Amino acid sequence: MTTLLYAVLLLAATGLIAAVVLYFIAMKFKVEEDPRIDLVVERLPGANCGACGKAGCRDLAKAFVESQGEPAIVCPVCSNEEWAAVAELLGLHADTCEVKIPVVRCQGGRLNSIRQTTYEGFESCAYAHSLHAGENGCGYGCLGLGDCTRACSFHCLSMNPKTGLPEVNEAACTACGACAKACPRGIIELRYKHAHEGRIYVGCHTEDKGALAMKHCLSACIGCGKCARTCPANAIKVENNLAYIDFTRCSHCGACVDVCPKHAIVSTQPSEPASSN
Amino acid sequence: MKTFHKGGVHPNDHKLNADAPAQILTYDGPLCIMVSQHLGAPSVPIVKRGDKVKRGQPLTENTAFVGSVVHAPVSGLIQNVSEAPDTGNFARPAIFIQPEGDESEDFIVDDPTLNREIRLSPGEIIERIKAMGIVGLGGACFPTHVKLSIPKDCKAEYLLINGVECEPFLIDDYRLMLDKPDEILVGIHILMKALSVQKAIIGIEANKPKAIALLKEKAAAYAGITVEALKMKYPQGAEKQLVKALTGREVPSGKLPVHAGCVIQNVGTCFAVYEAVQKHKPLTERLVTVTGPCVESPRNFWVKIGTPVSALVEACGGLPENTGKIVAGGPMMGKALPHLNLPVTKGLSALLLLPEEQAHRRAAEHCIRCGKCVEACPMGLEPYLLHAAVRNQRMDLCERHHITDCIECGCCQYTCPSFRPLLDTLRLGKSKVNQIIRNRNTPHQ
Amino acid sequence: MPAEQSVSPKMIVSGSPHIHGPESVSKIMWGVVIALLPALAVSIYYFGLPALRTVLVSTATCVALEWLIQRFLFKKPGSLQDGSAVITGLLLAFNLPATLPWWMTVIGATAAIGLAKMAYGGLGNNPFNPALVGRVFLLISFPVAMTTWPQPQPMFGTAPAGQPAVEIGAATELAADALTGPTPLGVIKEGLQQGLTIDESLKSLGLSPVEMLTGQRAGSLGEVSVLAILLGGLFLLWRRIITWHIPAAFLGSAFVFAAILHAAAPQAFPPPGFSLLSGGIMLGAFFMATDMVTSPMTPWGKIIFGLGCGLLTILIRNFGAYPEGVSFAILIMNAFVPLINRGFKPKRYGC
Repeated sequence: MTTLLYAVLLLAATGLIAAVVLYFIAMKFKVEEDPRIDLVVERLPGANCGACGKAGCRDLAKAFVESQGEPAIVCPVCSNEEWAAVAELLGLHADTCEVKIPVVRCQGGRLNSIRQTTYEGFESCAYAHSLHAGENGCGYGCLGLGDCTRACSFHCLSMNPKTGLPEVNEAACTACGACAKACPRGIIELRYKHAHEGRIYVGCHTEDKGALAMKHCLSACIGCGKCARTCPANAIKVENNLAYIDFTRCSHCGACVDVCPKHAIVSTQPSEPASSN
Repeated sequence: MKTFHKGGVHPNDHKLNADAPAQILTYDGPLCIMVSQHLGAPSVPIVKRGDKVKRGQPLTENTAFVGSVVHAPVSGLIQNVSEAPDTGNFARPAIFIQPEGDESEDFIVDDPTLNREIRLSPGEIIERIKAMGIVGLGGACFPTHVKLSIPKDCKAEYLLINGVECEPFLIDDYRLMLDKPDEILVGIHILMKALSVQKAIIGIEANKPKAIALLKEKAAAYAGITVEALKMKYPQGAEKQLVKALTGREVPSGKLPVHAGCVIQNVGTCFAVYEAVQKHKPLTERLVTVTGPCVESPRNFWVKIGTPVSALVEACGGLPENTGKIVAGGPMMGKALPHLNLPVTKGLSALLLLPEEQAHRRAAEHCIRCGKCVEACPMGLEPYLLHAAVRNQRMDLCERHHITDCIECGCCQYTCPSFRPLLDTLRLGKSKVNQIIRNRNTPHQ
Repeated sequence: MPAEQSVSPKMIVSGSPHIHGPESVSKIMWGVVIALLPALAVSIYYFGLPALRTVLVSTATCVALEWLIQRFLFKKPGSLQDGSAVITGLLLAFNLPATLPWWMTVIGATAAIGLAKMAYGGLGNNPFNPALVGRVFLLISFPVAMTTWPQPQPMFGTAPAGQPAVEIGAATELAADALTGPTPLGVIKEGLQQGLTIDESLKSLGLSPVEMLTGQRAGSLGEVSVLAILLGGLFLLWRRIITWHIPAAFLGSAFVFAAILHAAAPQAFPPPGFSLLSGGIMLGAFFMATDMVTSPMTPWGKIIFGLGCGLLTILIRNFGAYPEGVSFAILIMNAFVPLINRGFKPKRYGC
């Protein structure tokens, strides 16, 4: 009986001492923090993607809570409604941002590029880029090894096995921009989503001269300038043998798409299908 | 016999047809001279379309101290100043020359007799080497005049001459040592004078007994030059390993060989230095090995810079039908070329044509943690660990485990029984970590 | 450049190096299998068909299970050709009594491959030696069957005389026609418990050193013949599949520690020579502890690992409940491998 008693008492005493020690340690290391930060963090996506320019979601929440409603602190991944709800919670003004989406400015891949070599080795665009211009010799085009797909924390980029190019899942994409940063060639660009009109962009990134570019790829922009001359909104510029459509000025008329001799200009279908007949 | 002690591998040396005499490649077609053929700041062209150039005339201009120039290998007409593919198939600035006439710059001495008397002062030697466009011919193409300008806080004690040629298949340095031993030795004396060092050691691996014997015999007549036979082991020709093998010293991590009191030059560079200083010849031709298991007659060629690589292959009996990979340089560190439509550059030591069955990478298997990569690494790194860290994007781990010390010799990947792309990942990680370090060291605005 | 489009076949572009050494995983693994063959031959010679049956059942279960898991759980192309499952099967069988019922062998093999190897992600990811996990799993689950050892009965010739051949009740149905008896280590342990001195136990055992070397003693299927194991071990060393560090440190530290104990109390601890020749220490030192996946990378790490294995083996043998401690010693040291890899880095060039 005494053994039992001793055991119980000993354990209880140990527990008590540990509790006291823990209490003091907790007191010593306690950090005062605004409780609203936790409230905001709960409503953020929690992917720590860094699209807002802060070191993770908690950092953004802290900045927003402490900001006293300064503009330009906004989570680009949340929808505007979601972010407004967060702002309302804090009684602050919500800044809005136009919804963007990445576009892949290369149409080479398996179908259009003229392959000269075969790459074997570590599956990494950054590495392959340091090694060679690409299987078709185009030093600007997609290498197809999927660095962007691995960079996406939301798993909404995937390589299409048929074209060998990355594809964006529009519904899941949060426009955090990680893919654009991961691409060693800067092929991916974030552009206004324009869910209703669709996007029009030059699906090529080569700055090679036209004659050389044509040797690499069937759909290469050759910098002929037809599109720029056609554009009624004056939104297209040709620099370094490459046409570029300014998405802030594009009026979605689609005239450039039809005149491009290399079919290098891409027009995405509107996300909501037009009613058929 | 001396060697370095940590790591290394022993690939079969495959010195095919090593005793065939060197052949002079005659090629009359247009030459394509890449504007930047060195490591460092890019040069800019100083000729334009339609200009007539003499043999030996400079075609480009330096933009920085760490830079070098190229010269016209023939007299002729500048056809075009545009772009040509480099070894990675990226378009880079290039100058095209159509050979025409036979005019040479007056300063070039074409008399082949040996000239042992060194008239220039150390400063003049370095200036001449810079003007003649001499770069390290071992493959890295680092401008030689930069290497000869010793930083203020260092003192060179040894000049080490790299005649190791530890890469399998390569035989160009071997051939040069047999054909031009006196020129190389005078070249070494010139370099010794420029550096004001008293001791020079030529390191040659034991698989070249003829070269060792010949240079030993000739070197007796030159004060301060000794020849050291080295045990065969790859990568003995790497600077840091050569320093260890010949002097027993180690280059401190993150430092240059000169911090261990050593300056290293390749035998090919020594010959080019001789030609530049004693004969006032710019570097416009070099010895290139064309070899491979299926090449009809592997051999060395004296070839003008700018000659298309395809001409070299043609001279060797044409591209073997089953070729799967064209490597510029040796099989351990060389670069795979996209096609033969490229010009010869100063750094091209060899063309290795690998048959398709040897050209493919084998599929990687699981790491079995055998530790062979750790055993093979001559820098004492842990490639398996760095490989995993790079794959997991843990650049902090890479930096902590000294990925920047990697010399990219390829021993880890060569030895890995699971065929894992160790060097691929290490190289990628190294460049990323270097980038991170650079960003950290540049103050923000 | 002359406009000479390369019509030649598409060239392969990859980073250097462009050649590869002669080694491959399957060469290494099949090399180990070859090194195990002498010991296998000896065990079949001494223990006959039951030994062959145990080896076949164990190997077949390991290979089949690995294939099934690869095919249906991992859904990846199999990695059977690397031979690692065959090694696990063989080594597990080597650690079992030859007359173990076949279904127990199947359970052991399942634990080895399923629990110790594939659960961690397959070859290269397992922290513990699969064969030893299988053996320990069986030892704890079926202690009687796992310590019922058949006496060697050479195929040609007679059973060695002078050995206490006893039939143990529990084992009669397992091995109806085989004589069973304790292992040399078992005899010592039991002797000590009954108050006998080491000398008396050794005398009752009556084994000459030659018999200990060739394997005419009771024990696990593959551990009995020291000579055959040494032969395999030398093959591994010659093929450079293993290095000398682990076996030398393992056996050396076991010898030294046993010698110290023996010198301190000769009648309580067996002589060091006996310690090395009995039990599974040779098999452990050459084949189990040297498993690449579960041993350290650097030479010094390997030496520390071997030292730990040797010390723990002798410690468990002399002070623990079990007569044999090799499996536990190696498994315990396996757990330390990540720590050893952290602590014992290769010496870097230039620092």
